[in-house]
Amino acid sequence: MNDNNKDDKTLNHSRRQFFKISTALTAVALTPSYILKAADDNMDDKIAELFEKRDLNIEVNGIVHTLSIEPRVTLLDLLREQLKLTGSKKGCDHGQCGACTVHVNGQRVLSCLSLAIMQDGKKITTIEGLAKGDELHPMQAAFIKHDGFQCGYCTPGQIMSAVACVREGHANNEDEIRSYMAGNICRCGAYPNIVDAITEVKQKGGTI
Amino acid sequence: MINFNYVQASTQKNVTDTLMKDGTAQIIAGGTNLVDLMKRGVAAPQKLIDINNLSLKNIEQQKGFVRIGALALNSVVAENELVVQKFPLLSKALQSGASQQLRNMATVGGNMMQRTRCSYFYDTTMPCNKRNPGTGCGALKGYNRMHAIFGATENCIAVHPSDMCVALAALNASVIISSSRSERKIAFTDFHKLAGTNPEKDNTLQRGEMITAVEIPDANNFAQHSTYLKIRDRSSYAFALISVAAALDMNGGKINNARLAMGGVAHKPWRLTTAENFLKGKAATEENFKQAAALAMKDAKAYRHNNFKLTLAPNSIAEALKIAAAM
Repeated sequence: MNDNNKDDKTLNHSRRQFFKISTALTAVALTPSYILKAADDNMDDKIAELFEKRDLNIEVNGIVHTLSIEPRVTLLDLLREQLKLTGSKKGCDHGQCGACTVHVNGQRVLSCLSLAIMQDGKKITTIEGLAKGDELHPMQAAFIKHDGFQCGYCTPGQIMSAVACVREGHANNEDEIRSYMAGNICRCGAYPNIVDAITEVKQKGGTI
Repeated sequence: MINFNYVQASTQKNVTDTLMKDGTAQIIAGGTNLVDLMKRGVAAPQKLIDINNLSLKNIEQQKGFVRIGALALNSVVAENELVVQKFPLLSKALQSGASQQLRNMATVGGNMMQRTRCSYFYDTTMPCNKRNPGTGCGALKGYNRMHAIFGATENCIAVHPSDMCVALAALNASVIISSSRSERKIAFTDFHKLAGTNPEKDNTLQRGEMITAVEIPDANNFAQHSTYLKIRDRSSYAFALISVAAALDMNGGKINNARLAMGGVAHKPWRLTTAENFLKGKAATEENFKQAAALAMKDAKAYRHNNFKLTLAPNSIAEALKIAAAM
């Protein structure tokens, strides 16, 4: 264990002390009923535990971050609010639109339904991590060429999903592409152009 | 989302002990349903037990059955060679559910544990006996287009949303359930329950228990003639209005054995045993399929907005049988 970790422990300890001392006030202000009940029962440790931040090591687009977060933070909020990677979009925030799609250890998932704390030690790729410097990823270039968007809000999710769709081997024909891209909704209705972009990348072959 | 205490379990016993000790604790695996419910304030566990470090991901051939670990991902099961070859019905059902992003997160155990998508259950301002026992059923006299036509009571007319579970019910699967003291094996069709007088309980899992695996018997000839027909409002990424899992063991034009289950019609995957028995030994004709479908509908009861299911359901049963037989 290195010194940094030691410092974190000390920090956490003092946080816990603070919450222990201020239990009553905090509990009344925030008032979830079980917290009030816990306060009645003098369950100070339990309350401190509830508000305690936890250590998280996470690699995002090749950069390792050591963070301290509450367990309730979603991966999407961590990316957008703490790491300022606002490419991944919050569309519905309930797993229905796909705008928040990112890759976790190479697999496409919905970051809005993923708890960040559960991604400890994992590698995340967001839309910001696809291009190599100024060189666009082939899927990004194909979306531009085929006009695969209008307003662009769903595009980061579409592209992350599209890259995975090709890598998974689910882009062999239009029906298959439409079926495996069904989790990404586009309100502008750019679907035909999105399918064209994916088809071109698939047909060009090579590793993407 | 209300904050919670998060723990990672390193052993199965760890999980079942914690569940036994702490009634407010809940397991999290993929989290695709639970995190959504927590965001909406429908679920508020004080403790989440992350079980993803347990070795419950294997899909393996055993003597007489294939065993699928509770943590196997829906996307992995759908494309697993054993599953595709022996239970194409299960593969097809899984592919027709959710989206690839969700299937990459969702587990077999979690799929079984998912809650109904009844909008009255999700809306915390509405009455719902499932979410808040004793408050009544908002759907009963409300907008009930998606709701049950079999086995419902006035306490709850919600349906179970899973596709995977409909296939597993048809395939005579079993569920392996573990507690700190013992392990039990029950028929898949006994896992989920009807709403009855306690719709807040979706299944027969007891406190301190967890699902560890599903076992599917493979000594059958259903693989050649099986299909999963899902009828929904759009052609992908939507819950079923009606779904039918149909599997036939055929000998030429004759049906040796039939398995039928439906989704989108009841509080649990709905096995159609009367129709199955009728088809046994019969010729695979459209007329017989229609008769089987009519038999299956005998106890159906519609509500104000889902009357269409009384026509859509038997048509879907006959159509699924036709597709399965023609394969």
